[in-house]
Amino acid sequence: MPAVQETVERVRRIDVDQYRYGFETLIESDKAPKGLSEDTVRFISAKKNEPAWMLEWRLEAYRRWLTMTEPTWARVNYPKIDYQELYYYSAPKPKKQIGSLDEIDPEILKTYEKLGIPLREVEVLEGVVKPEGERRIAVDAVFDSVSVATTFQKELKAAGVIFMPISEAIREHPELVKQYLGSVVPTSDNYFATLNSAVFSDGSFVYVPPGVRCPMELSTYFRINERNTGQFERTLIIADKGSYVSYLEGCTAPQRDENQLHAAVVELVALDDAEIKYSTVQNWYPGNSEGLGGIYNFVTKRGDCRGNHSKISWTQVETGSAITWKYPSCILRGDNSRGEFYSIAISNGHQQVDSGTKMLHLGKNTTSRIISKGIAAGVSQNTYRGLVTAHRKATGARNFTACDSLLIGDKCGAHTVPYVEAKNSSATFEHEATTSKISEDVLFYCVQRGLSQEEAVGLVVNGFVKDVLQQLPMEFAVEAQKLISISLEGSVG
Amino acid sequence: MSLLEVKNLKVRVEDNEILHGLTLTVNPGEVHAIMGPNGSGKSTLSHVIAGKPGYEVTDGQILFRGEDLLEMEPDERAAKGVFLAFQYPVEIPGVTTWNFLHTALNAQRKARGESQLTSPEFLKKVRAVAKSLNIPQDMLKRGVNVGFSGGEKKRNEILQMALFEPAVCILDEMDSGLDIDALRIAADGVNALRSPERAMVVITHYQRLLNYIVPDFVHVMSKGRVVKSGGKDLALELEASGYTQFEDAA
Repeated sequence: MPAVQETVERVRRIDVDQYRYGFETLIESDKAPKGLSEDTVRFISAKKNEPAWMLEWRLEAYRRWLTMTEPTWARVNYPKIDYQELYYYSAPKPKKQIGSLDEIDPEILKTYEKLGIPLREVEVLEGVVKPEGERRIAVDAVFDSVSVATTFQKELKAAGVIFMPISEAIREHPELVKQYLGSVVPTSDNYFATLNSAVFSDGSFVYVPPGVRCPMELSTYFRINERNTGQFERTLIIADKGSYVSYLEGCTAPQRDENQLHAAVVELVALDDAEIKYSTVQNWYPGNSEGLGGIYNFVTKRGDCRGNHSKISWTQVETGSAITWKYPSCILRGDNSRGEFYSIAISNGHQQVDSGTKMLHLGKNTTSRIISKGIAAGVSQNTYRGLVTAHRKATGARNFTACDSLLIGDKCGAHTVPYVEAKNSSATFEHEATTSKISEDVLFYCVQRGLSQEEAVGLVVNGFVKDVLQQLPMEFAVEAQKLISISLEGSVG
Repeated sequence: MSLLEVKNLKVRVEDNEILHGLTLTVNPGEVHAIMGPNGSGKSTLSHVIAGKPGYEVTDGQILFRGEDLLEMEPDERAAKGVFLAFQYPVEIPGVTTWNFLHTALNAQRKARGESQLTSPEFLKKVRAVAKSLNIPQDMLKRGVNVGFSGGEKKRNEILQMALFEPAVCILDEMDSGLDIDALRIAADGVNALRSPERAMVVITHYQRLLNYIVPDFVHVMSKGRVVKSGGKDLALELEASGYTQFEDAA
């Protein structure tokens, strides 16, 4: 045992205490009064200058939420959350209406610079000509509750793509928002989604018109800064007929001793022949090595392949958060539609992950693919929970699922909970699962070739997750690879 | 100064003493064969020299160019020039051989304070090495040892030996799992790497390997000790008479 034991000890010592994004930005903020009531909901709606229908929608969700109870079926343990002790809205105090990036508080820009987010459109402003074919990324940055900047607006507009904070979309494109908001994740869906529907403050809105291939990657960066603040962002992406969009979200938060709540909702709608690729690199603060602090990440993400031949692909790299409760899913409604879920979930220290997906086959000849890689270290618990169903009309439905778990040390746990329901005899569902440990022999082989223990673990783990990393947009695959090494060894970067 | 000196080495695993005071001196350019029956402690010796965890050294020392090897981490030993060719090389799925070798070589260079090789620099180097050993390039693109035949795994070990240019190579039961053709190819690779500066310690159960890798010295191990040392003819003698006589002697 010694080699593995030693590695485990090092991982335990280094891991979560070396969170790189744990700085706090000192800015004045504009907060709603603490606690949750109809008044809080009205306050948020008023802050956003929302139309009456939107307020009504929120209030209905709030009233529904009061009748609901927090779900307990996930394999996670945490003290009871006091929803009256949280702030539900926090905005950096604006000096005036923000018209351009230059008017954003430099402190916030600095934060994003530290995070490595290319907010400033330097190249564009300076007229730098980019080589043909080089991809660019449009970024929407959400700081606590509000969206602070959306870049490349003009260029997207020329292509007909709408990419803006959802608070603006509610005012500027009410017909689209009314039609699609809550159509994938209804306000009554689950405890956290309902809470989000009542109090969401911002998030991103994307609409890609028929036949348009979005000219660049779209990206949102979420940052929780304020103490005791819940972040409830809402993202809505609509890919109209024959369109394509690739979207990436990243998340970080400062290091704090108390837990912070993050309950987001993401809805995707793909119409006929449309494709949405949604990638997440989630690195919320995971808490310290004693299990103190960290983000509670209770997220509802769902895509609706509403049209025939549509496709939705989820890729996630989950390394942060004290608790992750997240099941990005696909409703395969259109005939010949396809859903994909590629996941890397790493838990270390005292982290608890309960994550997976649902593939609901409703249309004919629908196909889905699930590749899940769970890595558990420290005293963490890592659960894959998945559901694959075929409706009785879903003739020819096919699913392939592969769940692999890797254990580092002997104090962590990996669990696989797959549910399969086929109401149609022509459905073909395949499920493969493996659990393995990083063997001492493999580590010794690597160190004999000159790698340190940490480098060896990083290399083996990156090999283990390779199939999923390849699904990420290239720029982020490299970042994700580094992040994986950091979250497991702390020696890189 | 000798390259590698093992002095009165006593090693135990849990409650069993495996090596009971083993002594061995290896100078640059020499090829030593260590022969012995199963359970005589041959592989334990190779593991302890390389620093595999799980062994407790209770007495004696191992010096490498006069430095105390037992005080070094296994990766430090590798960077100093100690190479172990494994009896059973492990598979590392998802990690290409090329990436593994590049990462390992740069880790060793870093430890020695040398510059890091960029991908093109490394590719040029590894291609030249593979070519000199007649190893096909496509092996570099495959996962480390994943789906390799026994012969391919051993050739991969030899490729690494050539790439890292170690001062001392310990070949642990290199002939296990190889048919005669694969054995000859692997032995040719090893012979190509013999040089006046480099020493080799060839651990084997059978004499036949020594037909291809001709040693300067042969040591017979039994029950955790070297019981007889001699020239290459000792191996032939063993082939004729077997290990039984030495077991009695020990």
